[in-house]
Amino acid sequence: MQARGLVKRYGSREALRGIDLTAGPGELVAIIGPNGAGKTTVLSILAGILAPDAGEVRVPEGGVGWVPQQAALYRRLTVEENLLLFARLEGHGDPRASTEEMLSLTGLGERRGEVVARLSGGNQQRVNIAIGLLSRPLVLLLDEPSVGLDPRQRARLWEFVSGLAERGTTVIFSTHDIQEAERYGRRVLVLADGESLFDGSAEELREAVRREAPESADSDFETAFVAYLHHRGH
Amino acid sequence: MRWLLLKDLQILRRSPLQAVLLVAYPVLIALLVGFAISRDPEKPRVAFLNEVPSGSRVSVGDRQLPAAGVNDRVCARVECVRVGSREEAVERVEDGDVLAALILPEDLVDQINSLSTLTPGTPKVEVLVNEEDPVKAQLVDERITTLLAQANLAIARRIAVEGGRYLELLIEGGPFRVGGFTVQVLGLRTAARILTALDPALPPGPLRTSLREVIRFADGARDNLDVAGPLIERLTQPIEVKKEVIDGSAPPLEIFAISVAATLTLAFVIVLLVAGSLALEREENAFPRLTRGLVSPAALLAEKVLLGVAVGLVVTLSMLAGLEIFVSLQWDRFALWLLAILGGGAALGAAGAALGAAAREVRAVSLLAFMVTLPVAFLSLLPSGALGAGLFDLVEIATGLFPFKPALEAMTAALDSAGGGIGLPLLHLAALTAAYGLLARFALRRFAAV
Repeated sequence: MQARGLVKRYGSREALRGIDLTAGPGELVAIIGPNGAGKTTVLSILAGILAPDAGEVRVPEGGVGWVPQQAALYRRLTVEENLLLFARLEGHGDPRASTEEMLSLTGLGERRGEVVARLSGGNQQRVNIAIGLLSRPLVLLLDEPSVGLDPRQRARLWEFVSGLAERGTTVIFSTHDIQEAERYGRRVLVLADGESLFDGSAEELREAVRREAPESADSDFETAFVAYLHHRGH
Repeated sequence: MRWLLLKDLQILRRSPLQAVLLVAYPVLIALLVGFAISRDPEKPRVAFLNEVPSGSRVSVGDRQLPAAGVNDRVCARVECVRVGSREEAVERVEDGDVLAALILPEDLVDQINSLSTLTPGTPKVEVLVNEEDPVKAQLVDERITTLLAQANLAIARRIAVEGGRYLELLIEGGPFRVGGFTVQVLGLRTAARILTALDPALPPGPLRTSLREVIRFADGARDNLDVAGPLIERLTQPIEVKKEVIDGSAPPLEIFAISVAATLTLAFVIVLLVAGSLALEREENAFPRLTRGLVSPAALLAEKVLLGVAVGLVVTLSMLAGLEIFVSLQWDRFALWLLAILGGGAALGAAGAALGAAAREVRAVSLLAFMVTLPVAFLSLLPSGALGAGLFDLVEIATGLFPFKPALEAMTAALDSAGGGIGLPLLHLAALTAAYGLLARFALRRFAAV
């Protein structure tokens, strides 16, 4: 997936100012930044929900799966009914087989008959991701997927997502948790106020933080990262 | 679209309260309307004291009028509470046990009978009122005024008939009973004939001239009094009503009531369902996922309107079938019913979609739907003449912008042939469907905002 020079304006405010992003097969890319940095806007443009005011996006054949920040599900339907509905809307040849496959892949087989509203936040997110994966996309976009999950649910989520990447799916996710980005992102894109400040590996980001905010070198990474953003004028 | 429709029906099934309300509400309306149109209006509770001696009859001249059945007549129009004395009547009115008391005094018939004598009296009845409830007080006023007007009219007619008989006697002559004796009245016609026969027997001169003047007077009086009879009869009803329908044709009241109930049901069910289910797509965050290549916004709107029309059709037809218990409906006009429900449903659904797209949250949408539908329905039922001309024109424009009024017109036309043509309301509804559809499509753009 490739995006070049993405610009998005809301009235007079520029939400994105020329963002570039590329991601290869099986790559896990984390987009981090403070609130209002433009993370969701980038993902929405990559998903085709929003049109950029400038720039271009190249999507690989096979499509892009999108998992929005808040679960986009029908809470009064069961897990199985949700999956079946979206499989039918996507025009799958055998929607029941696709549903079975996703239930198996996400480990939700035993909860298939449960109404989504009664599931835990973690399981709702798994259903949310399963719907995003129904079309077997080459690229999966996850918008802050771990928000609201407890540590155990978060661990299960990342285990599942890492497994997808290992099987060749390109995963691009946004988070404002620097440690999560460092731990799971093979590449990290730092955004602040619509600008791209950094694009590289987590190790390279640590090096950049040490270099540009040396006074915070002894602090934890999150504190040092905040100092780094401050040094860059954000 | 069918999968979305199936999904919405599944959601509806999983929301028992919503489903029950959707079915129970129209059934309740149907029962209320049926009950209201199959029952007489409530009668005001009135204390009634009739002090007129039994057997008293109103008489005019030597004729007695038939017994009036006053007690039955009064009690047919009000709920009578018989009392034994004026004091009891006053006490009941003061206590609020009754809204009013009607007292017919002992001398009422004598006073009425005195009207045809040389010393006419003034017959009076006494009405004591408790006006703590202005609506019921007005009802009492109207009922008692009507009763008295009917009594006055009956007596006046009888007097007019008797007056006519006296005139006839004066003109044509004949027997007249007075004080137990029968007197033979000569009559103007016979008097003139006798005088005319005497004329040749008199010599020319002043006596003959005077006789001829008397003959002319008798002829003139006879001819002019001929028209006095019909004139006296007209006095009882000097103004005759000639009713001519200039515009519109009114269906029977019960059909109009059913039409109102059916349209109200259709409006509430469809507007609430369409607006709510559309707002639910936003609330569940499903809208961006759906419109990301799976369903177009226009198709989503069409699906919601279709859902509303389908549910509205089932509920409204069930309600009409339920009302059949109270009123006989013309089932041979079923095709027109369908047209009215589908046309009205589509426009109401489009309006619901516009509301749902504008408000976006289910709770806000429900509130908005009620806040819009209820006053519009109320204003749509105002008859012309109920407001000033300018204000009524404004109301006409406002109600014309919402589908309730044309849907009501279409429904009334469909239920009864006297309800007017269905073509124009359907055309109006089609225009509103298109307008609200566009409005909803425009408002849906806000749904996509991240």
